[in-house]
Amino acid sequence: MSTNRRAFIAMTAAAGLAPLFSAQATEAEAAQAIKQIVGAAKIRTGRVDVEIPPLVENGNSVVMKVAVDSPMTQNDFVRAIHIVAEGNPLPNVVSFQLSHRSGRAAVTTRIRLNDSQRIWAIAQMSDGSFWQGHAATLVTLAACTEV
Amino acid sequence: MIVKFLKQLVFLFALLSALGVSFADPTGQDRQSSYVLMSGQTQAMQNDPAQNPATFWVLDGQTLWQTPAGKSNKSCAQCHGQAEQSMKGVAASFPRLVDNKLLNLEAQINQCRTERQQAAPFAHESKDSLSIAAYVATQSKGMPITIVESPALDKHLQAGRQLFEQRMGQLNLSCAQCHAERSGLKLAGNVIPQAHPTGYPIYRLEWQTVGSLERRLRNCMTGVRAEPYMFDSREIVDLELYLMWRARGMLVETPAVRP
Amino acid sequence: MSKTSRTLVTMPATARKDEIIEIRIIVQHDMETGFRHSEQGVRIERDIIREFICTYNGVEVFRADLHPAIAANPMITFTTLATESGTLEFNWKGDNDYASSATSKLTVT
Repeated sequence: MSTNRRAFIAMTAAAGLAPLFSAQATEAEAAQAIKQIVGAAKIRTGRVDVEIPPLVENGNSVVMKVAVDSPMTQNDFVRAIHIVAEGNPLPNVVSFQLSHRSGRAAVTTRIRLNDSQRIWAIAQMSDGSFWQGHAATLVTLAACTEV
Repeated sequence: MIVKFLKQLVFLFALLSALGVSFADPTGQDRQSSYVLMSGQTQAMQNDPAQNPATFWVLDGQTLWQTPAGKSNKSCAQCHGQAEQSMKGVAASFPRLVDNKLLNLEAQINQCRTERQQAAPFAHESKDSLSIAAYVATQSKGMPITIVESPALDKHLQAGRQLFEQRMGQLNLSCAQCHAERSGLKLAGNVIPQAHPTGYPIYRLEWQTVGSLERRLRNCMTGVRAEPYMFDSREIVDLELYLMWRARGMLVETPAVRP
Repeated sequence: MSKTSRTLVTMPATARKDEIIEIRIIVQHDMETGFRHSEQGVRIERDIIREFICTYNGVEVFRADLHPAIAANPMITFTTLATESGTLEFNWKGDNDYASSATSKLTVT
């Protein structure tokens, strides 16, 4: 059975749960998730580059590359990169823990995207600062699903 | 929304027909695998075994090939030896007539299971079925699809062609109307492929797993709101045969990746 | 009793000292999100890989905490400095006692 968004929303709407899964709600959840990552610290925009195709072929598997501008030395490196999706049922996607031994702060993986949305990458630096970047993408339903 | 779009297409078709532009099924060199329609990233996913999840199924199939099974306690290897030699070109020539019955690859494997190994047949779309089929089919990778015609086979081919060209479902569309006549045009943001089954069993991103051509055809039928043909039905195997024949000469890509 | 599955590690076998090497890992796993329903309308329980850790001669050099939004058959490409010869160990842990591991030797000249 395929993860058919339309069918899923229809089912949850039938169960009276539609408001819980609207895009509006998850944007707030995403903001909340980011707040849990950074706490009271200020997030600066920049240094973080998120690469996602502008129109995905299939939301079930989207290649995402995140790279952070950092010398990655003993004294100045990226500790962690947190990925948050605004339009998914759950905002957290993945968190990468790096070290001064990583060489580059660049990670590629494949993620699931439920809907057209923005994907945020929050980088936590060794000096305690937070930097963010994002990318927006369009997600359509596949032709000829199973349901 | 799809119906409105297709009504526009029908109008366009009528207009262009009047202008002398015909929408015929691409043949010969005009045929292309839907591989070319994919993004570079998805193509890389198919090309690189280290990125292609279907590799796991092929490896599982390799293990199954060596595993004794059933009352006979024989493995595929004991009769067929090294798959790299004995299975070369085999998947590229299925479906085939075996004792006057048209079998696709999965059905042929199950026939070996029940009759030679005295083991239970693999269930449709089961991990084992797909793994062994992927392993066998990948031995034909890079080889041209070759369907050997005969009077007996031609009956199935005609039946398959008829199914390909007949309208079906609530949307009242035939396979040919989209995939032969309008391939290359867009439907809801996607380019319509010519629908050549060069890479089966396939890792479909929509399924997030490996699946058979029968599964894909059943999805197509759901897409036009038709009652899908049953697995192993006469209709579905005839249709598979026609599609493989239509793709004759094109190279096997198994294990392919498709959106 | 733990579940396990196939893994594939792609990385060079040799490297110069302090060269940045790229490591690609992929593991066979459905990453069931917990949002899907069976054809009978019953919710299918979440069953995902939650954690991936790479150690280099016993020292953790990379970790990923995965959530259901990671695609099935998770693939991650990351880098590390080739500091010394030795063994890189890769471990995956997940729901329902899932555990997989792999190792790869690296010769640093």
